[in-house]
Amino acid sequence: MIEIHDLHYRVGAAPILSDISLSLPEGSLTALIGPNGAGKSTLLRLMARLEPLQSGRITVEGLDLATTPTDAMARTLAIMGQQNSVASRLRVRELVGFGRWPHHQGRPRAADREAVEAAIDAFGLQPFAGRFLDELSGGQVQRAFLAMTFAQDTAWMLLDEPLNNLDVAHARALMARLAQLVQDTGRSVVAVVHEVNYAAAWADHVVAMKHGRIVAQGAAEAVLTEDLLSDLYDTPVEVSRHDGRPLVLHHHSHSRIADLSRGRLPDRARLS
Amino acid sequence: MRFAAGLGLAALLALMLVSLGVGAAEISVRQARSDAWTMLVLMESRLPRTLAVALAGAALAVSGTLIQSLVRNRFVGPDTTGTSESAALGLLAVTILAPASPIWVKMVAASFAAMAGTALFIVVIRRLPRREVMLVPIAGLVLSGVLGSIVTWIAWQADLLQYVGVWMSGEFSGVTAGRYELLWVAGLAAGLAWVGADRFAILSLGDGVATGLGLSTASVMRFGLVVVAVVSALVVTTVGMVPFLGLVVPNIVARVMGDNLRASLPVVAASGAGLLLACDIIGRLLIAPYEMPVSVILGVLGALIFLVLLYRRPAHA
Ligand SMILES: Nc1ncnc2c1ncn2[C@@H]1O[C@H](COP(=O)(O)OP(=O)(O)OP(=O)(O)O)[C@@H](O)[C@H]1O
Ligand SMILES: [Mg+2]
Repeated sequence: MIEIHDLHYRVGAAPILSDISLSLPEGSLTALIGPNGAGKSTLLRLMARLEPLQSGRITVEGLDLATTPTDAMARTLAIMGQQNSVASRLRVRELVGFGRWPHHQGRPRAADREAVEAAIDAFGLQPFAGRFLDELSGGQVQRAFLAMTFAQDTAWMLLDEPLNNLDVAHARALMARLAQLVQDTGRSVVAVVHEVNYAAAWADHVVAMKHGRIVAQGAAEAVLTEDLLSDLYDTPVEVSRHDGRPLVLHHHSHSRIADLSRGRLPDRARLS
Repeated sequence: MRFAAGLGLAALLALMLVSLGVGAAEISVRQARSDAWTMLVLMESRLPRTLAVALAGAALAVSGTLIQSLVRNRFVGPDTTGTSESAALGLLAVTILAPASPIWVKMVAASFAAMAGTALFIVVIRRLPRREVMLVPIAGLVLSGVLGSIVTWIAWQADLLQYVGVWMSGEFSGVTAGRYELLWVAGLAAGLAWVGADRFAILSLGDGVATGLGLSTASVMRFGLVVVAVVSALVVTTVGMVPFLGLVVPNIVARVMGDNLRASLPVVAASGAGLLLACDIIGRLLIAPYEMPVSVILGVLGALIFLVLLYRRPAHA
């Protein structure tokens, strides 16, 4: 369980996160949703001790972030950031290998090497494993960083926009893999997701944030409603149902918006 | 891979042999065993000089790799981040305040000054916007320039310009047995860096990744800072500043081998030693029986290589 008590965070005088108390259930796939600037990344970074706590308290599996040594934490919780640098000229296999660092501190054993190869396989990176990161496409880089985070093999995984740059097949495969990991091994995943339907289809638990506050949390069906989503994103959202799960309909809202702006948009935009 | 490593080592050994054979006194390395005078020249002058050049080259190249990974920018070296100039400033301070101090006191003062100067540089560049890749080397050049001017000005006031001249332009003609051994410490410091190779490589991926993997970014930074400062201080103290080497060698090696420092640092060290040996040999041959300081040769050659690198890698640092 990750427990957050009374968290506040500000940069200068500007409040970024206010009054956040949250319990994230163990053994579930939690989707964190909300508009740009809501504070999702900041919350994730605080949960992963990448930013110093200003007030409040966060515990992961009973370990208090403020007092637990950072290397012990790295064996309990892994984070993949929203922006990953490829300025470093590493090969994919070397990058994924660094995911094992918390377990071997520089002296990899056979089990570590196996974990690395498994993660490379899992993300279809075998053909690129010997290539430098700066010779890959955006989605391939994203998968390499995901593989590194998987290789870390922790009870908790925090993923900031893991679907960035991924095509539909890889995005689905990732969500399915996360759901399966949670189901089979009882691990816990928190993923920031912008495409609400991926949250609707795969998440057990959804947390919605806006203006640095939690506005709703609960099961996907309870949170992903027309009213709540329309409010959350300040844009009309229609929700249908499919297979007993919520389904957000983009083309409806799109045509409505296109109606509003007809005449000003070029034809191509109306067709698409 | 193994073949390439063997070839590189053979080239390095060949350069060292050439370096043993080249100089104002005509000697033949083969006669050393039978001829006492040849042996004396070899042991007192040629061998120390060759070792000094190799050690300084290796240590400077490694410290260049470290500073580049600490500031996450390829366009810097220990001679463009204020490190060497700070070391000279520390040396100057001791020379003025306590001229009778033994060499190790000077060395310690130079090391601490180099640490302070490099730390200042890191603080400055951490405040610059991330995307402005070229601001980092520019900030470094400005800092180096300012510190260098301060050194020159103080030296001028204190009538110590000829000392400063020696520190500012590296050359190995004065190296004899008993006057270069501190460079072994520099080599040792660079060797120590290899122990932290993975940590430096992870730090290059960003503070977030490093912390997420359980590294204390601050202690990795401190470790790197100490190695870079000690190497620069020792090189400046014993032979003077050597430009461009710490900038150029890591770039060339990274282009071929990448940034997996555990594998590449030994290659960086060997290449640094090889390049500096080659430049030193050229300096001895060009206007023989006189010598050109190695810093002059590198100033031209290094600048050329750097320009080629700039031209061929425009997009990212
Ligand atoms: N270093 C900073 N200085 C000032 N404001 C910041 C800083 N970092 C983030 N913010 C602000 O904090 C707020 C939350 O940012 P955060 O990155 O957490 O948003 P997010 O929910 O992840 O958004 P996105 O969906 O765009 O990734 C934003 O309004 C942002 O402008
Ligand atoms: Mg974000």
